[in-house]
Parts: sequence; structure tokens; C-alpha cells
Amino acid sequence: MITFKLNGLEVQAEPGWTILDTAKFFGLEIPTLCYMEGLDPYGGCRLCVVEIGEGKQTKLVSSCTYRVEEGLVVHTDTKRVIAARRMMIELMLSTAPMSKEIQDLASKFGVTQQRFPPRNEECVYCGLCIRMCDEQMDARAIGFQNRGYKRKISTPFDVKSEECRLCGACMYVCPACAARCGGPNADTDICNACLQVEPTCLETYGELTCWMYDAGRCGTCVQETKK
Amino acid sequence: MKQPRTHLLVCAGTGCVSCGSFQIKEALENEVRKRKLQDEVVVVATGCNGFCEKGPILLVQPDGIFYQQLKIEDIPRLVEEHLIKGRPIKKLMYVPPAKTTPIPKMKDIEFFKHQRLIVLRNRGRIDPENVEEYIGFDGYEALAKALTEMSPEEIIDIITASGLRGRGGAGFPTGKKWAAGRRETATPKYLICNGDEGDPGAFMDRSILEADPHAVLEGMIIGAKAIGAEKGYIYIRKEYPLALKRMEIAIRQGRDYGLLGKGILGTSFDFDVEISQGAGAFVSGEETALIAAIEGRIASPRQRPPYPAQQGLWNKPTVINNVETWATVPNIIRRGAKWFASLGTETSKGTKIFSLVGKINNTGLVEVPMGTKLRDIIYGIGGGIPDGRKFKAIQIGGPSGGCLPTSKLDLPIDYESLTEAGAMMGSGGMIVMDDKTCMVDVAKYFLNFLRDESCGKCVSCREGTQRMWEIVRNISEGKGKPSDLAVLEELAVACKDASMCALGQTAANPVLSTLRYFRHEFETHILEKRCPAGVCVNLIRYFVLPDKCTGCLACKRACPNDCIRGTLREVHLIDQSKCIKCGACQEACRFEAIEAHRDTAIVVQEEAR
Repeated sequence: MITFKLNGLEVQAEPGWTILDTAKFFGLEIPTLCYMEGLDPYGGCRLCVVEIGEGKQTKLVSSCTYRVEEGLVVHTDTKRVIAARRMMIELMLSTAPMSKEIQDLASKFGVTQQRFPPRNEECVYCGLCIRMCDEQMDARAIGFQNRGYKRKISTPFDVKSEECRLCGACMYVCPACAARCGGPNADTDICNACLQVEPTCLETYGELTCWMYDAGRCGTCVQETKK
Repeated sequence: MKQPRTHLLVCAGTGCVSCGSFQIKEALENEVRKRKLQDEVVVVATGCNGFCEKGPILLVQPDGIFYQQLKIEDIPRLVEEHLIKGRPIKKLMYVPPAKTTPIPKMKDIEFFKHQRLIVLRNRGRIDPENVEEYIGFDGYEALAKALTEMSPEEIIDIITASGLRGRGGAGFPTGKKWAAGRRETATPKYLICNGDEGDPGAFMDRSILEADPHAVLEGMIIGAKAIGAEKGYIYIRKEYPLALKRMEIAIRQGRDYGLLGKGILGTSFDFDVEISQGAGAFVSGEETALIAAIEGRIASPRQRPPYPAQQGLWNKPTVINNVETWATVPNIIRRGAKWFASLGTETSKGTKIFSLVGKINNTGLVEVPMGTKLRDIIYGIGGGIPDGRKFKAIQIGGPSGGCLPTSKLDLPIDYESLTEAGAMMGSGGMIVMDDKTCMVDVAKYFLNFLRDESCGKCVSCREGTQRMWEIVRNISEGKGKPSDLAVLEELAVACKDASMCALGQTAANPVLSTLRYFRHEFETHILEKRCPAGVCVNLIRYFVLPDKCTGCLACKRACPNDCIRGTLREVHLIDQSKCIKCGACQEACRFEAIEAHRDTAIVVQEEAR
């Protein structure tokens, strides 16, 4: 067992556990977006950052990827952590303001302003779909392309993948494109209206917007058109 | 064998090669043969001399005469006058800026005089494609000592005692890293030489690989013995074809001479290296991303710990060091830890190579002891700012480094002092800027580089650099709001705090350091909508001075966008709505009647119109 300090409490963790695993075990909540049980931790959304270390030598690390060490000192909700999380939410919100999951996070963490021009994309590049496709579905049909601000997720060469079995698992795990938030409409609006877990506004995917290049056949999206 | 009386050392680093040094070498060889001097004079292509500003460079030994900016036409005269009649040609020698008398000898030139060559000791001296020349200058002596007289622990102790720190930028103690690699029990262990140099304006790794590839190899073999590694990888970016070629030759020669492969130097030690070609992503310089790239995956950093020394390449213990670090190792083994530790400052030992570029008289590569003052580098070795302009800032440490103002000129350079001042050592790029440089534009340039080169994994870095760039771009276009600076700072801190790897953690430095030292420039752009340096095109306006304009139509003909009105012998007028601010009219005007207005007078001018 590894003994370390979590928010001032001395706790014990199994070797190989991450800070997030331990926090969950002891009932402490750390927000996550790109983390999902059963998939390899990725550490891209930076929501689960926690502050480690003591005195002046502290730093923020993503708790989903950082394995616990003997004698570690962790604080999950310091001022610095909250400020970083809020900025991450604001940044993701500006990328994909229509995502219900991100809007909910914004409500929860009191993000009430969004100071960047919204881009209205349907992806925050958390990589959940890619890991789902690879690790659980064993298909590796989609992957990241390019880097930096040009990064996107697609099939190789952007053509319909032969590996893809149209299982829809990628859409099932997506925090941005599946559950839509109907709230925000003005340019920098934040919804902050609801905190329900269930999606309230699923949309139909038409021929052109379908992620699988095969509208309708996989059956994961809502089939009935709105009347 | 008859000893040749003279060696002609032609610089064949990438800088001089692009100025045609291979043609110069060929011309020299032809001329020497024509004059039947081939038994007395040898022409050698060496690695980079560092004084790239003045290429192609020729050094005549043993006289030590330094010729610069040679042309093919100069060669017959040079051979005739210097080699036959013994009269060095003054016209082809180096003349310091603002002086008229040439300096004949290399060792008297300011640029070379103040340098302390350790890593680059063989630059401009040996043929990098010939292992025997390297051996002739004490090459592989350290290797023999390490393999036959020393235990791995002793090697690590010497490196630790020398105080050598990683030259890639972060400055992690090399001895500590090696000891961590040694401690691991898993096998096989790997070594990696990080030659993915991507900073704009930095070329020290390239120069070492081109000038002295065997020094890197020797350092790696010694490191392999210390750590117990059996395989090494040298990661060189594909954009360095000459470095790749010379390293390939060096490895082939190493194998032929029993310096690589099975039973090195007759001992029972086996080690071999392989070159891994990079495809040019800046982020590959981060060690975990580099490992991913060698493994054939997307170059994207991962969480440390586990550190590469624990779990690196293919999850095996891997020690990664920068090209410069590896090339320093043989010198320490050969001359001892005490000697190395006697150079430099309290915390940073030895020498460091910097590439001096930008608005500076002597552009090139310099090696100086740690603790040298910035002023000595810029005004001593660098020869000051051209055209008598004023020094404004120096950007140190590559895109994630920072800009330091005049007040920091007396800063002794070491890892700690630079970090404290808001810059960083980085790989050692130094970009000098004069008063015609706009700091908002500089911040925009580096942010643009970083948003492009971020791997895109962390939200903080991918979106952070993108949004910071957008804000700074808006400011430079005159669309900035007073609230922008606060958002920029908040964003920069979040980017620094929340990112996983060093790229993201330092990506905010261009913004933070320019805001720290040049905040007034940002404020001028935002509040007064003007660019004091006259760089941001959206904030300058070209207009005609009526009392100077003769109505010659030259500007009208030069304008690519047809926005100058006026007929012959009439004062012209520039249509501001169509002007693309290219400055062609200003260049075409022979009467200095067109001015780029960047002061508050813009408003007055508009009203007058």
C-alpha cells in the first residue's frame, strides 16, 4: 500500500492507482471530461488537474494520469486548481458551446462569462471516441489528424473506413456532439439553465451531418424528424 | 608521407554550403592542381565555423589567415598571391563594422577572440567525414579510458561531479539522469540522442552534428557503458540533410574502426546506434513525444512520471540527452570533472553554445562559458547592432523563451538567472531585436508558431495558444480592448499551470515576458491605436507630404493596388480605404514625400482630408 496525503488526510492507495482513482475511492469528487472507466487515461481536457507538492514547489498535474507515490501531497480544490479548471471550461465552451455536458460543467463551476469568440465546433478533441474505437471496439477506425489548432478527428485519408463497423460507440461516448444544449443562442451566451443529466435536445443527423458517413443505418441517432 | 605545407580549411556547414562553399572548394582544388601544388597544399571541407554571416569562409593554416565571403572569381588570385607569392589578400579579409583596417588572423577577430570552445573544439578544424582526423585531435581517447580503466559507477560519478546539466533546455543534472538509468534492472536499456532542433533561429545541434559527429557518438558510447545500454538512437530531423549524411558516415566509420558494434575496442562491451529521422514537429523535442515518434506513434507527450529513465522507449529504461550534452561528455572524461566544474557559475557549469541571430552585426554560433554577461555576447562577440540602431530586446530560449529588455543586459547567463528574468535557457537561441521591432508583433509571431506546433492534446495548450494568438493579433490590428490584457494574463497563467508538457507550460512565456517588460507597447496599441515601431501594418498609414511631392507619378506607377490619385505635377493623394500598406510608394518616391505615419497625427491627417 502507498501512503500519501490527500487534502490533508493521510490515505492509503493500491500501487498503480492514479490520484483520481484514489480520490474516487475515498469519495472525493474531481471533475473529468476525457476520462472514462475502461479506457486508457489521456489527460487532455485538464479538468481533473490537482495541485501536488508543498510550499513554493507545487505544480498542477492531471490526476487521471498521475500515479500515486509514497509521500505525495495532493490538494484537489485549491484556488489555483479552480482557476485553471474554470479557464479550461471557458475554453472548451468557446469551442463547442452547443455541448450539453460542457454547459453543465460551466453551470457547476460558476463559469458565467465566455470571453472568446465562439467557434461552434462539435468537438473538443478529448479523444474519447478514438480510445473507445481502439480499446473497446478493437477497430481503430478513427484517429487524430494534424496537430495544434489544425487538429481534427477523422478516418484515415478522410474516406469511409473499412475498419468501421458502424457500431456508434464513438458517438455514445462523445461529450460534445451527441447531447445538445438548446440554451445558448447569442454570440457569447452561456446557457447555465439546466443541470439535468439526461439530454433534453437530441437532434436528428441528416445525410450530410452524420459522423459515420452512413446516415441512419447504425441507429444510434434519433430517427424521427421533428414535426 | 610528405607533410603538406598548407591546409586550406573551407567551411562546409549548412550556412556556408548555401553560399556555395562546395563550389569554392572545387575551384580551390582545381586551381591548386593547375599550379601543381597538390603535394604541398591540401583542401579540406570542415564543419561550421560559426561565423555564418560572412560565409563562405576559408581558413589558411598554419598561418591562421581568415578569408570571408569568397567568390569563385577570387580563387585564382588567392592561390597565386597567398600560396605562391606569400602575400595574403587584404581585400578578402574581415573588416570589423565601422572600421577600415582588415584583421588578417582568425584569433584576433572579436567574434572568435572571446569564445571558449569545448564542445565545438573541432569546428573549422577537422574534416567531419574522416574519423582519422577526429582521432588525430584526441578523439576516442576518452572512450578508451572509459571502457578500459573505468567502471560504470566511476563514469557516472565524474559526470555528476562535473556538474553537467542537460543542454536541451530544462537543465536536469546529467549525472542524476544517468544514475537513474543505471539503477533500473529491466533490459534492454536504450539511449537516445535528441537532435530535434526546432526553434526558429537556433542551429547549434545541427552545427555540432555537421562539424563533429564523432564527438556525439563517443559521448553516447561512454553513456551506454555507464548506463548499461546496448542500443542507441540518434533522432535527427529530416530538414538537416547534411547532418544526417555526416552522421551516417560517422556511424559507418565507427563500425569499420571497431568503435561500434560487438566488442568495442577489444573489450567485451557491445553497443550500436541507429539514426531515426524526424518529420519536423517542434513538439518531438519533448522527450516522451520523441519516444513516441521513434516508436512510430504520433509525437504527443505523456505524463511523467514514469520518467523515460524508468519507462521509456518500448517501456524500457531510456536515457535521453541533447546533442550538445552528448558532445560535452568526452571532454569531461578526458580532462576531468574538476576542470569542467571550474568553468561557469555556481549552479551552471561548463560552456554553452548560443546561436546569435537577428539584428546583430556578427550573426553566428558562439560558445561561451556559463555566466557570461548578455552585454559581452551582444556587443563583444556580436559586434553590436547594425546601422547604429538601438538595442531593444533579446529573445532567449526559442519560442517558449522570453524577451529581455535593456535593463537585463548585465545579467550573467545561467539556467536560474534566465528563468528568474522570465526567459529560459532553452536550447540556446538568441534573437537580438532593435528599436524597429514591435514587441506585440514578436509575441504574435511566437504565439503563431506555438499554436501551430502544439501537439493539440491539452485544452490549455491547444486552445490557450490559439486564443492568446487571436487576442494578440486583434491588438496588433488595432481591434484590442482595454480588458484584453487581463484576459491574456489569466489565459497565460492557466496555460502555464494546466498543460502537461514543457511546451504548454512555457508557451505563455512570449506573452508573459513581453507583458512584463513592454506592457506600455501593448497599451499604446490598444488605447492609442498606434504601433510605435511602425511594424503592425493595420496601425500605420502612408500619406503624401504636400510640400515635398513634385507630382512625378513614380509612386502611382509603383502602387500595386492602384490607390494613388493625382496627375502629373500635382500633389498625389493616397486612398486609405484601398491602401494595402505594402510601402511600395514610399520606396519608389525619390523626394521623401511619402511618410508612414504611426503617431497620433493619423487622426489629424484624416480630418484634414
